[in-house]
Amino acid sequence: MSSPASTPSRRRGKRDRGSNPSTPQDARSPPSQKRRADDSTSTGDLQPMPTSPPAEVQSPGAGDALFSSPPQFRHSAIPLDFDISSPLTYGTPSSRVEGTPRSGVRGTPVRQRPDLGSARKARQVDLHSDGLAEDIVATDQSLGQKLVIWGTDVNVASCKEKFQRFLQRFIDPLDKEDEDIGLDLNEPRYMQRLQEINVVGEPFLNVNCDHLRSFDENLYRQLICYPQEVIPTFDMAANEIFFDRYPDSILEHQIQVRPYNALKTRNMRSLNPEDIDQLITISGMVIRSSQLIPEMQEAFFKCQVCAFTTRVEIDRGRIAEPSVCKNCNTTHSMALIHNRSMFSDKQMIKLQESPEDMPAGQTPHTVVLFAHNDLVDKVQPGDRVNVTGIYRAVPIRVNPRVSSVKSVYRTHIDVIHYRKTDSKRLHGVDEETEQKMFTEERVKILKELSKKADIYERLSLALAPSIYEHEDIKKGILLQLFGGSRKDFTHTGRGNFRAEINILLCGDPGTSKSQLLQYVYNLVPRGQYTSGKGSSAVGLTAYVMKDPETRQLVLQTGALVLSDNGICCIDEFDKMNESTRSVLHEVMEQQTLSIAKAGIICQLNARTSILAAANPIESQWNPKKTTIENIQLPHTLLSRFDLIFLMLDPRDEAYDRRLARHLVSLYYQSEEKMEEEYMDMAILRDYIAYARSYVNPRLSEEASQALIEAYVDMRKIGSGRGMVSAYPRQLESLIRLAEAHAKVRFSEKVEIIDVEEAKRLHREALKQSATDPRTGIVDISILTTGMSATARKRKEELAQALRKLIQSKGKTPSLKYQQLFDDLRAQSDTAVTKEMFEEALRALADDDFLTVTGKIVRLL
Amino acid sequence: MPCVGDWLNNPLSIVRGLFAQNVPNSDWEKKVTEYFKEKLKENNATNWVPSLNDVPVHYLKPNSLVKFRCMVQDMFDPEFYMGVYETVDSNTNARVLHFGKYRDVAECGPQQEIDLNSSQTVTLERQTFYCVPVPGESAWVKEISFFASQARVSPSTSYTPSRHKRSYEEDEDMDQHPSKQKEQHMGNNSGSDIHGCVEPKRLETEAPAGHNLISPNCSPPLDLNFPLPGEKGPACLVKVYESWESFKVNDVLEVYGILSVDPVLSIVNNEERDSSTLDPMECMDTAEEQRVHSPPASLVPRIHVILAQKLQHINPLLPACLKEEESKTCEFVSNFMSELSPVRAELLGFLTHALLGDSLAAEYLILHLISTVYARRDVLPLGKFTVNLSGCPRNSIFTEHIYRIIQQLVPASHLLQMTVESMNRSRFIPHKDYAANRLVSGVLQLASNTSLVVDETQLEQGQLDTTGVHNVTALGNLITWQKVDYDFNYHRMEFPCNINVLITSEGRSLLPSDCQVHLQPQIIPPNMEEYMSSLLTAVLPSVLNKFRIYLSLLRLLDYSISDEVTKAVEEDFVEMRKNDPESITADDLHKTLLVARFLSLSAGQTTLSRERWLRAKQLEALRKARLQQQCVNGNEL
Repeated sequence: MSSPASTPSRRRGKRDRGSNPSTPQDARSPPSQKRRADDSTSTGDLQPMPTSPPAEVQSPGAGDALFSSPPQFRHSAIPLDFDISSPLTYGTPSSRVEGTPRSGVRGTPVRQRPDLGSARKARQVDLHSDGLAEDIVATDQSLGQKLVIWGTDVNVASCKEKFQRFLQRFIDPLDKEDEDIGLDLNEPRYMQRLQEINVVGEPFLNVNCDHLRSFDENLYRQLICYPQEVIPTFDMAANEIFFDRYPDSILEHQIQVRPYNALKTRNMRSLNPEDIDQLITISGMVIRSSQLIPEMQEAFFKCQVCAFTTRVEIDRGRIAEPSVCKNCNTTHSMALIHNRSMFSDKQMIKLQESPEDMPAGQTPHTVVLFAHNDLVDKVQPGDRVNVTGIYRAVPIRVNPRVSSVKSVYRTHIDVIHYRKTDSKRLHGVDEETEQKMFTEERVKILKELSKKADIYERLSLALAPSIYEHEDIKKGILLQLFGGSRKDFTHTGRGNFRAEINILLCGDPGTSKSQLLQYVYNLVPRGQYTSGKGSSAVGLTAYVMKDPETRQLVLQTGALVLSDNGICCIDEFDKMNESTRSVLHEVMEQQTLSIAKAGIICQLNARTSILAAANPIESQWNPKKTTIENIQLPHTLLSRFDLIFLMLDPRDEAYDRRLARHLVSLYYQSEEKMEEEYMDMAILRDYIAYARSYVNPRLSEEASQALIEAYVDMRKIGSGRGMVSAYPRQLESLIRLAEAHAKVRFSEKVEIIDVEEAKRLHREALKQSATDPRTGIVDISILTTGMSATARKRKEELAQALRKLIQSKGKTPSLKYQQLFDDLRAQSDTAVTKEMFEEALRALADDDFLTVTGKIVRLL
Repeated sequence: MPCVGDWLNNPLSIVRGLFAQNVPNSDWEKKVTEYFKEKLKENNATNWVPSLNDVPVHYLKPNSLVKFRCMVQDMFDPEFYMGVYETVDSNTNARVLHFGKYRDVAECGPQQEIDLNSSQTVTLERQTFYCVPVPGESAWVKEISFFASQARVSPSTSYTPSRHKRSYEEDEDMDQHPSKQKEQHMGNNSGSDIHGCVEPKRLETEAPAGHNLISPNCSPPLDLNFPLPGEKGPACLVKVYESWESFKVNDVLEVYGILSVDPVLSIVNNEERDSSTLDPMECMDTAEEQRVHSPPASLVPRIHVILAQKLQHINPLLPACLKEEESKTCEFVSNFMSELSPVRAELLGFLTHALLGDSLAAEYLILHLISTVYARRDVLPLGKFTVNLSGCPRNSIFTEHIYRIIQQLVPASHLLQMTVESMNRSRFIPHKDYAANRLVSGVLQLASNTSLVVDETQLEQGQLDTTGVHNVTALGNLITWQKVDYDFNYHRMEFPCNINVLITSEGRSLLPSDCQVHLQPQIIPPNMEEYMSSLLTAVLPSVLNKFRIYLSLLRLLDYSISDEVTKAVEEDFVEMRKNDPESITADDLHKTLLVARFLSLSAGQTTLSRERWLRAKQLEALRKARLQQQCVNGNEL
């Protein structure tokens, strides 16, 4: 009978098949030998393992049985219960002998590792005395060196020794990981980890394969190729060191080593038959996880006649039901007692390729993962994870009772280690995981590019090549893509300084603003594209939803939060309603989003750059009006944009001519030619990603001086005319732009040229958007207060004139509206519009000088 | 020596032969593809191969060579299979090598057992595509390709042409004709004794498997996942062995491969479902997933691809591949080009009649029908030409008839009735169903160069719900960017497409469009129905075929603009801007250039001439004048 938990073909297939498909190393070893190894249950005489007499060295089959199951002879140290239940009883160091003073280990049970598979289980035999084994290990060390695990080139003893050396000695002060908080990087890293295990009591040792590779290339290769054999050896080594150091430590079970970050495979698409039974790391997104599956590890049978009980272990996915009771010899009397059998947890998880890895026009691949024991329920659907595990392929039987086989294998990965890639997004230390893997050649290309003198122009040309000219705007957007350096002033109470650059494009319809936005959205990995018309405050920020099934409140994030560390493109910004726009105030300066809704109060990070496009109110840009008047946006919001560009349709013959040529070329150039002409989008993307994650420019002395001067100059311009023309916000913008420009050059220092360009761009944008149409003077107050200083002055003058006019009329309690208007117009030397008149009246009403009711103006 | 019919009727025996000759080196695979490539190159050999598009599955011989013209609807995960395996005879211990390529089940005799541990085993990888017939494929395409192959349908099938009409009915008639079926299989078996070991079992199980499909105890009828509602035809699991990376979702393929309808596949299915409670390993796929990924072979046959090619078009009147420098195709093209202008004139006349005597609209309709996205400049698709035909008579069957005419002209088309209800109810965007692990299709999952006619005249006032808004947005995105964002639940993914959208509406459409043409009917036929149908019957089939060739061929032509003309265009633009900077924008230049492009192409010219440019400007001016006039009229009203 096959027990419910049994899996007819899996175990067997896993182990056996592994050797067959094209794994070159395995091909050497004839399969017949492997089978013999599997059958070694019966060959009890092979037992005294590594200690095996020299004669056995010649027999590979025997050698296999010995060395591939090093743990088995350590059973005696373990209480019987555990012993039997755990087929893979490696882990207890072989030096543990009864009566050793270091008895702490005995409180630490081993725990099998279903993640590694357990083909070796079958070879388990009754225990032998350890003492003997140990002696011979010691004496036969040299001999042991020559023995390898069957089918591999792994020698247990040397492998263990190497790994121990690695644990004890590996130091890499430069390699900082985010989990390394509290580690002294100048001390052996993994020894500190072991200490941590002692303190915390979590018996898992995560080992970065990259470290191992830099320490011992060969060991790393062995780990990748024969994880099933090597990892138990690592476990052994780790436990030996651990219990040497902390003999009194009692853990839940013995330490299990979990390697991660294997370089074998990164992309799900590149998995191929060669990867079977190797250690791989792939990234992807969890799309589905199953219920917990109890997998039977050991069945408990009881005789219905004499109540004799017996335990049967799972063997290659099957439980062999005893057909005869050993005690009373009744046939078919044994019944399975479910609640006394042993089960282990198992979960099926579906992992889907992450969207970035997918070639265009294809659907994502999925792969099945099996998680075991404590890895069950570690990930939820939607999580982005890096999974390290062993890739398996199992033949599918057409029918469990028939020998014919479908010619297709079923593949899955036994998970050894998970690493969530986006869980930290909420905490804000995501640069490390954000980093794309750049190959060395790629980095070289990028660095070479960065050395070109005209890299800034080159990049800006590469940006949206189909959009004609508007070079300054493209440069602005380029700087936005790079962003400034993030500064932390939390300790002085100002929190984080915004490093993101916000840009507003406004101008005539049909000047390809949307196209530019669409391009940026397509370029950056974490971009969001919304339209002002279609988005509500809720859609932008976050909303609280009640899950209909669990009645649990769930926070759903909107576009702004989703584009954290990216760019949020908002089209038709002007059409956005007031309440929606108000959300942006906090985001655009503080870079956070506060939510107080349905009992959930929280602050989310929204470090997003905003690229917005707005159309003028009157569909055509009115050059006689200021920016504010043209787009009717509150100045509080406008002042939060670092750069405001006008995209106007220039009425200029030369421009028209160039535009025409450009457009015509679009209509006949073949696609290949276009590719040649411009920098490829992928390069641009990588360039930006690299700069964003690796370059962090700081202000140099001269640059700071130049910035100060620039700021003072800006202030001075205004003060001459009695108004303020620059605010600290503008200085901050300048700094950000200069930093971004330094990033473009891959420079760690902000230098004068950066400041110059920042100044130029800033001035350019100001010239476009903050020119007072009446005076032609660049006036920052248009953006900061919504009205140019001259306009404000004129308004005041008009109100005064009106007051005088009314006062001159003597003591009349009320005046006719129209008449007053006519009088004022007659008196004034400039044209007075009705709006201006009304504004003046309102100003006077505010001063409690008069009230307006209908067509009558009453004095107070 | 394999005889002539063998490569058609029993391709596996050929493969076996080649395998036996060339083992153990691995170039037998190459030899197989070469062999079939050679065979198919022979005179009209492709017509000998029965097509799944025309012949219902149950009339085709299992394991014979078939062809299938289809669109890739979904891609499943790659699967590993035993490329080469070894069997051991349990009596004699004799070991035999077999190949697993082009098969679903590892073949193995009654006394034999597969040695899973053999060192000879080679694991290989193949990819499965879920393919459906080209959505919206016009009836004439089916008919013509059917008759092309009809003449030479291989004599060994008992399929008779007279039964064609029934052919699209699903397996129901299998039950009615079990005897016929058996007969057929018997006939087949006699030819292939090598199959002896598998065939008997097959015969026993075939009938019950068929019954199971319809019997109520089985799960609800399988959704074959066609993008458009009401589509018929077989869906196929196409197993691709080579260069599957080059194929994309929505590509139109023609595959030649070995048909596999082995009922064992369906049995696998049922058994697994039954035993899934027993076996946790088997239940790693949910029942839904099982149903989708291994549906009964009689409903969704498998094709093991030997040769596959992407099709540029599905017009059977044209040679399949025009890019190839073959003398035959060149000849065909030049022949047709010589008589191009009368065809164009005739087509224009025909469409003018269809558009109630409006020749300007007809001109634009031609331009629209030959438009295609020929390149993408970063996000901007070039060459799309969405026409909004405004001023269509409301609540009449006008749009329907226009659609019927377009259907007669283009190889693939679909009519989308835009009503509040249909917008709210139907699902336009394909989305991923993670439970079944498949891409559930939507109306907007269409192959390249499909004509989509959107009928806005039916739209009434009403409220769109969330789905409705999504659908309208998707349609808008499709028109503006020529891409559809497929919904993958956790993220969206962009799929570029190339769909010609024609919108008919009363006023200006609510959807974006590249150019709005206001219809000015010259004739108001008293009976629209009669008028339109007489129009279609009046056209000779040979003329209709010329129209079809015309529209498909011109789409594939290259186009360029000389430096001289570029200069002239520049001058022109500058001049126009000078005179009237308000009304001429870059956008207008875009449009005029587009019109000029298609105008030149429609006359068979691959470069822009000055005359064409002026004509394009003239057309645009006419069109704009009409719109303005319409505006004025509207204001007066």
